[in-house]
Amino acid sequence: MNEKPNLNYLNEISGGDVAFERKLLEIVKKELPNEINSYKKFLNENNFKQAAELVHKIKHKISILGLEKSYQVAIDYEEDLKQDNLNLKLEFDEILNSMISFIKTV
Amino acid sequence: MKTIIIDDEEMARAIVGKLSSNNKNINLKESFSNAIEAIKYLNQNNVDLIFLDIHMPGFTGFDLLQTLKNPPKVILTTSDKNFAIEAFEYDCIVDYLVKPVTQERFNKAVQKATLFSQTNKVESKPKDSEVINELYVNIDRRLVKINFATINLIEAKGDYILIKTDSKNYTVHSTMKKIEEKLPDDLFLKVHRSFIINTTKIIDIEDNSVLIGNNVIPVSRSNRPELMKRLNLL
Repeated sequence: MNEKPNLNYLNEISGGDVAFERKLLEIVKKELPNEINSYKKFLNENNFKQAAELVHKIKHKISILGLEKSYQVAIDYEEDLKQDNLNLKLEFDEILNSMISFIKTV
Repeated sequence: MKTIIIDDEEMARAIVGKLSSNNKNINLKESFSNAIEAIKYLNQNNVDLIFLDIHMPGFTGFDLLQTLKNPPKVILTTSDKNFAIEAFEYDCIVDYLVKPVTQERFNKAVQKATLFSQTNKVESKPKDSEVINELYVNIDRRLVKINFATINLIEAKGDYILIKTDSKNYTVHSTMKKIEEKLPDDLFLKVHRSFIINTTKIIDIEDNSVLIGNNVIPVSRSNRPELMKRLNLL
């Protein structure tokens, strides 16, 4: 995965409204770890339909953090999970790791 | 356009709210995290436009549309491109925004909604006599006609409202919420929980007040941005 999380999209829509950017980042920081935990829990239980639901929730955050290619991976992975297909799991987990690292820095 | 947002994701509501605040055609009334609360609101309030998420747990955006007899215009907001075909089955859906939404794309969708409503108005063009320019209020068992253009402001007075016009004041047993729904959006604005003003009658504006006739009306901090948005500022 070459692309890195960034604030390009947030900067674009905020129009310089720092408080708004901060608010959105706080939501990501609050929700993302819980969603990742739930996603992993459902995978461990082989409940791939529910895991797909979590990927759906997480993918909006992927796009908010400017990860355009990763967003496409998440779209595909969500659909794959509904078919019990985990081929994209490693790639998706890598995206999650980079997001978690990033939100610790902002 | 009186607008509401329905989306289970807090982040999505915040983003559409932000994009709305940058568009002068949007008068954002409420945001809802689930369809059931939104239906309750829609049963009691007139709305021109809904930003509606499709993918919500339990009760989807499409489920909501099927429960509404006369749905307002709808702009779908979704992460799924797969629902586009289903969206075409609903006449009320004017556009389909795929997240993440940019301001430019958002504005284009709002413009479509505006054009959509204007086109529909032409199709079902009312006779001149049917265009509503006035309000009838019950005073001492008489229904008195008040032209919108003559109203300067409306003030809450306990269980009553005071309608101040160019020539006369009327005290009517009603609520601010009820009259707000009867007034045209393009003329009137609630600037404080106790005051609705006719924005064409403004003489001047200070930090937290507005002068209408010889009435100094307070403007609450939360309503000030909407007021400023309406002004043709130099």
